Amino acid sequence: MTEKLITKYLELTDANKIDVFESKDGYSRIQKVLKELKPEEVVDEVKKSNLRGLGGAGFSTGMKWSFIPKDGKKPVYLVCNCDEAEPGTFKDRHIVTSTPHLLLEGMMIAAFAVNAHKAYIFIRGEYERPYERLAKAVEEAYAKGYLGKNIFGSGYDLDIVVHQGAGAYICGEESALLEALEGKKGWPRLKPPFPAVVGLFGCPTVINNVETLSYLPLVMQGGADWFSKLAGEEKSGGTRLFCVSGHVNKPGIYELPVDTTLRSLIYDHAGGIRGGKQLKAVVPGGISAPILSAEEIDVKMDFDSLRAAGTMAGSGGVMVMDEDTNMVEALMVASRFFAHESCGQCSPCREGSAWLYKIVKRINEGEGRVEDLDSMLSIAGNISGTTICALGDAAAMPVTSYIKKFRSDFEDYISDCHLPVETQS
Amino acid sequence: MEIPEELKKKWDEAVARYEEKRAALLPVLRLSQDHFGYISAEVEEAVAHYMGTTPVHIREVVTFYELFHTKPVGKNNIQFCHTLACNLNGCEPLIKQLKEKIGIKEGETSSDGKYSFSRAECLGACEMAPMMKINKDIYGPLDKDKLNEIIENL
Repeated sequence: MTEKLITKYLELTDANKIDVFESKDGYSRIQKVLKELKPEEVVDEVKKSNLRGLGGAGFSTGMKWSFIPKDGKKPVYLVCNCDEAEPGTFKDRHIVTSTPHLLLEGMMIAAFAVNAHKAYIFIRGEYERPYERLAKAVEEAYAKGYLGKNIFGSGYDLDIVVHQGAGAYICGEESALLEALEGKKGWPRLKPPFPAVVGLFGCPTVINNVETLSYLPLVMQGGADWFSKLAGEEKSGGTRLFCVSGHVNKPGIYELPVDTTLRSLIYDHAGGIRGGKQLKAVVPGGISAPILSAEEIDVKMDFDSLRAAGTMAGSGGVMVMDEDTNMVEALMVASRFFAHESCGQCSPCREGSAWLYKIVKRINEGEGRVEDLDSMLSIAGNISGTTICALGDAAAMPVTSYIKKFRSDFEDYISDCHLPVETQS
Repeated sequence: MEIPEELKKKWDEAVARYEEKRAALLPVLRLSQDHFGYISAEVEEAVAHYMGTTPVHIREVVTFYELFHTKPVGKNNIQFCHTLACNLNGCEPLIKQLKEKIGIKEGETSSDGKYSFSRAECLGACEMAPMMKINKDIYGPLDKDKLNEIIENL
């Protein structure tokens, strides 16, 4: 059995309460860091651990921190991205609900490393009960003197504010999140400048995902070497939380080394396909990730292996489809999502996502034409790489990959729906 | 319009948490919606005045975000997820069943004010698919009988 890091806390009864959390090493890691390390030593340790951004981008966490200017001219902010909205992903909801103090301890470590004295947690508006848990945890931490002035008697000050979003997928994109946090509609910013230089209120800002931050106490406790070696693919860090849903026997969260194969995740951990059916396809990293066919599941789940396989590890949201899945309807659902969530700033995404949805919806309703498939590929091609943020590509990738890998499904669906009336039984 | 003192106090508390006043806009709007049930044009104007910005900026923000309502919603605001994991697990027949049961279409509120219904994009609980959210709570995995039971107990 593999090592349980975050899962150890997720499975602990009442780990949302500060006393229970503290009985299992909780807040001991931050105290050790404050007592024994300099901020730059924390950055180096996290770099060495190869902990990557688990919100979806997979960028080295320590490297991201090192882009913060050292001149100290402006205050530095830490922002925790808990705008978990990538379909197929639900790990952050479990962390903030079941073990919010682990996140807070991780934020303390990150804030100390980048010399931030103010941190925000941006939690999606729909997560109302999780928000209540988180707000309660912050209150408990203040009451014990773990937040505020001179935390743990170290002379270091840190305030954390929980900020509720109001419902917009785009706010998971870090610069859109900053806009929302500044009281505006969530339109992504042009980059550069990157948030590390010009972020919240024009100041240097580090934005990290809930899961990434929650790993920090564990990385600091076990050491960078230990963490990076938990998986064979050392460059991708040790473990992560995979969210498995769809047609599996045991949907849920599985914390595994990142060199676990997709096949093992589905069959050894998530209990295989429901009803003893055959696997047809898998979306391996949230709805944006290009789909894989049943023949492609021997791939390892780390960022680099999945990229090499033409898809992405993304947010760790694995959605499994059995042999009876209607690929036209599945793509219609994905395209409806992106058409609904496009923020409207860039024409290729705003117009393109709407047209993609219109066309695939028409196909799904039985009015498809064979030339629709090439039109969709062409529209998707014109969105890719032409927008301010990555959501344009996210809207295009399902279309391109579903049609490429399951073209005959689409063609059969279109032609079956066009049988002359007299030959239909 | 006149803003009650208790709400005004909550606005002030929200503003105090941020370095810049403008950052408190989403919390201020949420507090206003919790108080009035929805955000009317009058509330938008009052918020604009309080925040030191224009009503058009407030309208832009209110209409951009999914969770702000510009008209009253029912006592039980039902959001049924219809994104991929819920679709794969058969949300569509359940949505049909729900609409028939409460007798309203998407985006409507029942005439007695008891229910509002809308479809939602992924609510972040795919392990519970098919699922729905009623006010602050989530329910899943649903089937025909569970859905009936939950609605009947509202």
